Formats: sequence, structure tokens, C-alpha cells
Amino acid sequence: GKELDGEPTVTVRAVNSRKNQMCFDWGPGRLLVSNEPPSNKKEMCSCPFIYIIRKDVDVYSQILRTNSSMNPMNLSGVPSFVALQDVSGLILCVISFFCRLVRVSKNYRSVIRACMEECTSVSILSAMELIWNLCEILFIEVAPAGPLLLHLLDWVRLHVCEVDSLSADVLGSENPSKHDSFWNLVTILVLQGRLDEARQMLSKEADASPASAGICRIMGDLMRTMPILSPGNTQTLTELELKWQHWHEECERYLQDSTFATSPHLESLLKIMLGDEAALLEQKELLSNWYHFLVTRLLYSNPTVKPIDLHYYAQSSLDLFLGGESSPEPLDNILLAAFEFDIHQVIKECSIALSNWWFVAHLTDLLDHCKLLQSHNLYFGSNMREFLLLEYASGLFAHPSLWQLGVDYFDYCPELGRVSLELHIERIPLNTEQKALKVLRVCEQRQMTEQVRSICKILAMKAVRNNRLGSALSWSIRAKDAAFATLVSDRFLRDYCERGCFSDLDLIDNLGPAMMLSDRLTFLGKYREFHRMYGEKRFADAASLLLSLMTSRIAPRSFWMTLLTDALPLLEQKQVIFSAEQTYELMRCLEDLTSRRPVHGESDTEQLQDDDIETTKVEMLRLSLARNLARAIIREGSLEGS
Amino acid sequence: MEEIYAKFVSQKISKTRWRPLPPGSLQTAETFATGSWDNEENYISLWSIGDFGNLDSDGGFEGDHQLLCDIRHHGDVMDLQFFDQERIVAASSTGCVTVFLHHPNNQTLSVNQQWTTAHYHTGPGSPSYSSAPCTGVVCNNPEIVTVGEDGRINLFRADHKEAVRTIDNADSSTLHAVTFLRTPEILTVNSIGQLKIWDFRQQGNEPSQILSLTGDRVPLHCVDRHPNQQHVVATGGQDGMLSIWDVRQGTMPVSLLKAHEAEMWEVHFHPSNPEHLFTCSEDGSLWHWDASTDVPEKSSLFHQGGRSSTFLSHSISNQANVHQSVISSWLSTDPAKDRIEITSLLPSRSLSVNSLDVLGPCLVCGTDAEAIYVTRHLFS
Repeated sequence: GKELDGEPTVTVRAVNSRKNQMCFDWGPGRLLVSNEPPSNKKEMCSCPFIYIIRKDVDVYSQILRTNSSMNPMNLSGVPSFVALQDVSGLILCVISFFCRLVRVSKNYRSVIRACMEECTSVSILSAMELIWNLCEILFIEVAPAGPLLLHLLDWVRLHVCEVDSLSADVLGSENPSKHDSFWNLVTILVLQGRLDEARQMLSKEADASPASAGICRIMGDLMRTMPILSPGNTQTLTELELKWQHWHEECERYLQDSTFATSPHLESLLKIMLGDEAALLEQKELLSNWYHFLVTRLLYSNPTVKPIDLHYYAQSSLDLFLGGESSPEPLDNILLAAFEFDIHQVIKECSIALSNWWFVAHLTDLLDHCKLLQSHNLYFGSNMREFLLLEYASGLFAHPSLWQLGVDYFDYCPELGRVSLELHIERIPLNTEQKALKVLRVCEQRQMTEQVRSICKILAMKAVRNNRLGSALSWSIRAKDAAFATLVSDRFLRDYCERGCFSDLDLIDNLGPAMMLSDRLTFLGKYREFHRMYGEKRFADAASLLLSLMTSRIAPRSFWMTLLTDALPLLEQKQVIFSAEQTYELMRCLEDLTSRRPVHGESDTEQLQDDDIETTKVEMLRLSLARNLARAIIREGSLEGS
Repeated sequence: MEEIYAKFVSQKISKTRWRPLPPGSLQTAETFATGSWDNEENYISLWSIGDFGNLDSDGGFEGDHQLLCDIRHHGDVMDLQFFDQERIVAASSTGCVTVFLHHPNNQTLSVNQQWTTAHYHTGPGSPSYSSAPCTGVVCNNPEIVTVGEDGRINLFRADHKEAVRTIDNADSSTLHAVTFLRTPEILTVNSIGQLKIWDFRQQGNEPSQILSLTGDRVPLHCVDRHPNQQHVVATGGQDGMLSIWDVRQGTMPVSLLKAHEAEMWEVHFHPSNPEHLFTCSEDGSLWHWDASTDVPEKSSLFHQGGRSSTFLSHSISNQANVHQSVISSWLSTDPAKDRIEITSLLPSRSLSVNSLDVLGPCLVCGTDAEAIYVTRHLFS
């Protein structure tokens, strides 16, 4: 269908569902389409094409990133959004709540307007502002009969801007009343209900051509005496209606008497002020759209129109204005739905017509907050509000850098917000550690421990693959992931066994309390400490540490042989290092290790050779231990003796 | 704290840096550079806060900063430093280090030099080449030192195509930031909470000194050296903690100050008033730490240059005591005596403040809320 902003639809090349197979899948903010290329027997390889169709996010992201110093912190209206959520949680008196809602609404509109100053696709933005303004008048301010028309007049004046430039043109010329567009200007001022200004124009005409001074004066008086409701006025609606009726009849009399017959311009003005439809329709060009026609018509035929009667006038105005020549556009349908107070329809039409969710999501959210003040039933369900906000926030996550904003929106969706956030946040691409840290911070603030763990695990795995064992450990610590810490320690130990020395001593030597995260990590730290002690020739300490590593079962079984082998140089020292007690312990460990060895079945020569080496080692150990035991007993015996 | 101006610039700002003033100049700072991140297209931009003498159509404030020029940058801008008046060095998440040159006559930026594979996990020669983000850069004309997630330290010289010196696997974790101590010595901080001092005069690949906290291995994200006392260093950690270290004395920090609620991204001593320190954080705040006391004679001691280590020896002579007070309240072990006054400078909480810089009475900072804040009245 035709979209409000006139975006052309894009055809994906070469997708012919009869010839080729096609499949597609929705992703966050985008559509993935794949099709098999035509099966051409001449081609050797045929791989499917994959298209990624993505919404053009230009206008969308421009609203979000309004470059405006007038609205600090008003990025995408998030602070307005957040403030609004907080406001409704407070118990406020009706009036101040109402004021806040209106203020928030005006805030959103100023975002749109500020954006209009910046970007090129002004038409869609001005349409958005037009719609929002009308919604504000009808649904938020809920203007009653009387003020309603004044608001509508303001609305029209705000959105039809040619008057000012025309006015400048005419007034700037030497002889304003002789200007080509003079009467156009006066007419349009009357159409907009700006009768004071119209009178001023007429006085210029009166000055310039004394012949028509008389009728100009009469017309000016009519304009001056038209009863209108002014803000400070205390008269009731009935009084106003009466006065207006009298005035209307006076105008009618002037028409009957052909007072203005000498001036066709003035006569047509009179007819306009009498609300004559034909006369109004003659000014189609100046009115430029049907809703201007509607408001003018109301002004001069039924100024005390009630809100519930609006839609009759709206529909007939649209029909009369279009005159069967053209059909309504999406914008027209949206405005009609608004005049009919059918919020549901307004949202629906906007969702279809506008290519982004910003508008409907924020408008619906705002209207949802208004339901406290509704006098008639505008309930459309909080579900719709949440649905639209979720759509909007998901769209933010699809954008490379706007995910941080999306978080705020998910926070305020009570049903599905958290779950959605959990799904989205894990899928943010993390190309630097700094970005990962920011994502993790968001998760931690919301106690999303599962996501923290999963993200840290991915980062730790990447680090291990890149041989950044310190980084891997750092991520394990952040996630308090003991299992991964064990994995990292095993890597270190494996490296040690293969190379005979430790890599990354800066890390292992400085583990600190992180050592406690996993047993394997503790073992690694302590094992390294053993080596340090040995290097510093603190043999007694090294010996007890080595023993404790085995007896406390911190050392993995697979490493015991290595530890026992490490004990050999200590056993072979000139002085006795291991006490008798300790030697017994070591022997116990050795027996423990050898007795549990699996029974060998069929084994090849290599296995046999390994066995040989193993047996030799064990024999050497037994010998050393026995010798040490003997020396230890003798030494302890003689010490006790003396 | 009045008169801090915000401007929304449609890109998340990762780094802001004042252009240095010519030595001996009496002007105040006028130009700053910013780097962006997380966009599909990132930019290095130069801005000016010079007086234009007129208000713009918004009725904008007279201090409002204006864009002078910008240039596309591949990858996130991870760090940014002015090399000299015209050249800016940028560290990229693609592992590339670029020197940009500013042409004042036609207000453009151009690429002057580039080291595209400064940081990587597996090298450019191998089929499974993977780059690593370059996380920090520091300049001392003509030298440039860079560090990265690959744990590598590079020493470049402007106009030399290849690195002068590279220390591979200097660290098994990620190096987050680097600063010069004295010219041949640099200091790095990493993601397992260690400070390491490297001396380029030495041949080996080992640091000459390692310092760390005894507690949890909290990653350190930023570091800055005291402008006058080259052994005093401040670091900021992932838990928002500010630590002050004296690298000559022991391996532990001298003071630990609980500060922000989340990662501290940058810490800066004020270059001419080093009793003032500034920090910014992921928690959206920017703090001004004022350790100056009201004693008037203190001000005359500000400009004493760095002292050699003999004065820091354990002498109990009067002379040592005088210098003890010069050594600044940052190192004071008596918290009651030297109170530090802390002010939050931003008007309201925003998304993360990623970067800040101070020069004279001017401060600039950039946030994830796509805003740049500038004030020219820091000490009023």
C-alpha cells in the first residue's frame, strides 16, 4: 500500500518463487531472505543468495538523535518517557497530573519540531506533529465545547504557515491594498478567524479608496463584533450562542440588503462569515486542505460545537472538500479517526502509515497514562501499549548504537520487558572489551545473572582461544565462574607439563584472593609458590607445601606423579628435609597412586615403553623415599636421644 | 558549578581531548578533538569554542562549541591523544593506530600515517589473522606508545614505518591504559589489577616492577601521572575505586578512595593545578576532587618540579618534612588533616561519561548520551 512518507517499495532481484525456492526469517528489525539461484546445469557451484532486508532507519534515527541545544537530555524523548512512567506512580492531585501530561505531550512535540529543523524529510515529520497536536487537543486536554474550537483554530494556524509570508509580502509593498494578493490575504485571515488583522487590512483599503470606505467600515464593524469565547470570558455557552445568533442574523440582513454588492470581494467575505459552504469551497486553494475547511466551517456555522458532534462535520467536510475528485490519503484517515475519538483506529492507521515505531509507541504510552482522566471509555488495553513499546525497543536494539536506549524502554514493560531484554542483550555484538563491560553493567544492575555468566563465558572462551589466559581468568572472576577458572588453570598446568616452565608468571604469581575461586586455581597458585620457595632455597617450607598439596587433595590426581617427581630433588639433598612422618605420607601417596593403576590389557609397544618409564620412576621414588626415611629416623632418633 | 554547556551531536563520544597550547602561551584552551564509537560510521572531529561574537539562531549560548572539521575513522575510537599542535593519534578497535593531520588553512583532517596491524591476536602472516583492539595510546614527541587487548606494547616513532620496539605478550590479560613516567619508562594497567613499569632502556620483555592491590584483582581501566611528581600515579578501577600510588614506595597503593558506582573510565590530574583531580565513570557522573587546603603558602609550592628520590628517603630532617607537604595531600596518610572536597560537575545523571580532559580553566567531557559538555569556568 501507499505509505505516508511515499517510500518506494523495494523489489528483491531474482526472487521468483515459481522457479526457485525461497525461504525467509524475521530477525531483530530485519528480514533474512534466501533463495536458490536458478538451477543451471552449466554452473558448477550454485550457492544460495542471502538478502538482508533492513528498514531504512534514517528518519527514525534522526528523530532519536535530534541535534538541539534547546532540548538537552531529550534524546528520543526518553527522559519524557521515563518521567511519564514515574509520574503516574505518584499520587497527585488531578490538576497537576493533568498539567504534567500536557507538558510531556508538548515535550514530545518539541522533539519532532526540533527534528524538523535538522532533517530533510520534513513532510512526514510535520504530518506527525499535526496528528500529535490534534490528539493532544482531543484526548489529553479533552477540550469541551467552546474552548474546543479555539484549540482547533490554533491548531490550524500553527500548521498553515503561508499566511505569514504572504502578509510580509503584502505589507512590505508600497501600496498594500493594491497588491495582487491583497484580497487573498484578507480572505485567508478571515478563514483563519484572525478578524482583527483582517480589519487592519481593510482599513488600509478604506484609506486607499475612499469610495469603498463606507462598506469597509461596516465590514470592519461586523468583524469586530463577532462574539467569540475568549479565555478570560465568564459568559456561559448559552449566552455566547445567543449573541452569536444575533450577530449571524445581522450578517444575514446585510446580505439580503445587498450592502456589499459593489464589492465582490467584500460580498464573498460576508458569505464566508455566514458559513456559506459554497463560498467556503470557492476558497479551496487558500484553505489548502479539508481540515482547514472543517475548522472554518465550524467557526462560522457552529462555534459552540460539542466534541461528540465533531465527526459528523469532519466526514462531511472531507467529502465536500474532495468533491469526489480524489480519494482520502492515509493522513486524512488518521485525522478522521481522531475526530471520531477512535483512538484504536488512530494508532492502527499510524502504525501502517508511518514507517517507524517511535510515534505510535510514545503516543500510545502517553494516552495510556491518560486513562485516569477519561470521561468516556477510551480503554484500549495496556497490552497494546506494551506491544508497541516492545516493538520500538526491539528496533532500537537492531541499530548498532541505540541499544542503550532500548534498555530503558524494556524496563517499563511490566509483562514481557525483562524477558525481551534478556534475549536481546545477549545478542549484542561485542567487538571490544569496553563494550562488553557496558553490557555487563546493564545486566548486573538488573540482577540478570544468567546473562552475565553466559556473556563472560563467551568472552573467556575467546580469550582462551587467543591465548590470553589472564583475560580469561579475569572474565571467570567477574562471572564467579568456578568451572571456567578450573579450565584456565588446567591450560596453565598443561602448558607447564609440555614446556617444563610456567607461562604468564605475572598472572600466577599475583592471583591474590582470586585463587579461592576454584580448587584447581588454588592448586596452580600454590604449586607456583612451591617452585618459588624452592628457588629461594626455603626447602623445609617447600617440602611441607608440596606434601599438603597432595594430602589436602587439592592437586588433581593426574598431577601427583609430577609432584612426587618434584619431591625427588628434595629427597636427594644432603640434609634431611622431609621428616619421617612426612616421608610416610609420601609413601602412602605413592602407593595410593600405583595401586589404582588400571590393569593393562592389549597394549602396544609405546604403552609398554611408557610403562617402563613409569616403573623406573616409581622404583626411583621408592628408593629415594626409603633412603630418606632411614636418614630421617636416624636423625630424629639421635636428636631425641641427646 | 555553573555554566556548563551541553551539545547533542548524534554520535556516542568515546574520547575528548583539548588541543595543547603552545608552550608559554597565555591563551586559554580553544579547540578540542572528539572520537566516537559504536556507530556504523565513526568520526574524529575537531571543535572550537572560540568566541564568535554572535548568538546563533537558537539564541544559543556564547560558549557553544562548533564543529570545525571531521574525518571518518574505521572502528571505534578507543583512545585519542594530541601528538603536537597539528597531529592527533587515534587508537582503533580494529587494532590500527592512525596519525591524523589537521590543516588549519582549509579546516580539514587527513591521514598522515597509519600502523594498521599494531595489535592482533594471530599475526598478519597467518591465515587465521585476527586483529585485537588497541586500547590505549600515549605520546611524547616523537614517540608514541600503544597497548591493546592482545597484551602487546608497541613503541612507534612518527615517520617510521615499522615499530621501533614491540613487547609481545607483555601481559597475559588486557592492557587498558598506558602513561609515561619518566621518558624511558612507561606504566601500564591491566585487567587483573596490576600496574607494571617498563623500561625501554632494558632489553628484556619483563617489566621492571609490578604493583597491585592485595585485595580482589579488580581490573584497572585508567591511569594518570602527577604532572610534577613523576612517581605519583592515580588509577581508576572497574569497581569505581580511585587509587593513588607512589611507585617508589612498595608495591601497594598509598590511598584507596571509594568513588563511583561503576567503572571509572578516566582519571586526570589537572596539569597546572595538580591538587585537583577529575574522574568520570560508567555511572554517568563526573567528579572534581579538590585536595587543596586553605593554607595560603601552599600555592607557592605548586610549581616545584619533580624531586629526585633522595628527598623521599627516610630522613627525618626538617627539609624532608617540608617536601612531605609538597608531596601533596594525595599521598597523605592522615585523612583527617587533609580533607578532599568532591563535587559532581554534571547537572543530572546521564548515561556513561566516557572521557574528560582539563586544560587551564576549561573542561570538556563526552557521554554515551551523545552529548559533549564544556565549561570554561572550572575554578570559579
